[in-house]
Amino acid sequence: MPLSAYLTLAALVFAIGLFGVLTRRNAVGILLGIELMLNAVNINLVAFARFAGDLAGIIFTLFTIAITVAEVAVGLAIVIVIFRVRRTVEADHLDLLRG
Amino acid sequence: MTSLRESGTVSDAGKIPAHFYGWFWGLAAVLLASSLAVVLTRNLFHSVLYLAVALIATGGVFLVLDAAFLFGVQLLLYAGGVVTIVVFAIMLTERLVGQTIRSASRYLVNGAVISAAVFVGIIGFLVQAPPGGARPPLAGDLTVALGRALVGPFALVVELLGVLLVIALLGALYFARSEP
Repeated sequence: MPLSAYLTLAALVFAIGLFGVLTRRNAVGILLGIELMLNAVNINLVAFARFAGDLAGIIFTLFTIAITVAEVAVGLAIVIVIFRVRRTVEADHLDLLRG
Repeated sequence: MTSLRESGTVSDAGKIPAHFYGWFWGLAAVLLASSLAVVLTRNLFHSVLYLAVALIATGGVFLVLDAAFLFGVQLLLYAGGVVTIVVFAIMLTERLVGQTIRSASRYLVNGAVISAAVFVGIIGFLVQAPPGGARPPLAGDLTVALGRALVGPFALVVELLGVLLVIALLGALYFARSEP
């Protein structure tokens, strides 16, 4: 399996995740799209690390996974707070910062 | 220090059998189908379940790439932890509304055009890149090398990552605490 097969797969997943981020109305749905995009990046990192014979990429993937978990925890906490304040998690209705 | 070939032990314990590499196409098909389902299904709860399938398929791709330890991390942290948290968030935010948990999409055409443009851009780079060589043979156990690197040259980063996780979780607790 050539390296380009993995990279193409990752690019496809990244594009699908971007589509989800752009089209979802629900804030949780947007977070799911971001998860897909980060996942695609991880595939890229591991594929490059394996084909280059360098361990650093795989270790970096561990770090990105841990940071993603932190991001999800904070992001969902924010979603819950927004829901308490506004009673909705529709991204279109969250315009508190509009001037 | 961090090269795969310099890992101390040479054993076949952590190696993935070569015939497993052929699973890539099946895993890729599952990953793409479940990813599409994540962004297209109208029920947000189903979306999370499809995300779990996509994350496990990604773990399978890691396995095909000989990174068995990452497969375990992916299962435990992503498919186990993240999906559980998201399910709880959906229960907390959607049930209370008293409506269905269906989630409509908007700007479908614009989103598809932008995503396709990004994909074509990435593929454009891939086509221009010189063809890479074959996958080099794995010398030694990748998990052993990974463990040595995490407590060796990358020890400080691991510590910093632990601090970051604690800060993030404390922040999440602070945000989501019950009203005084």
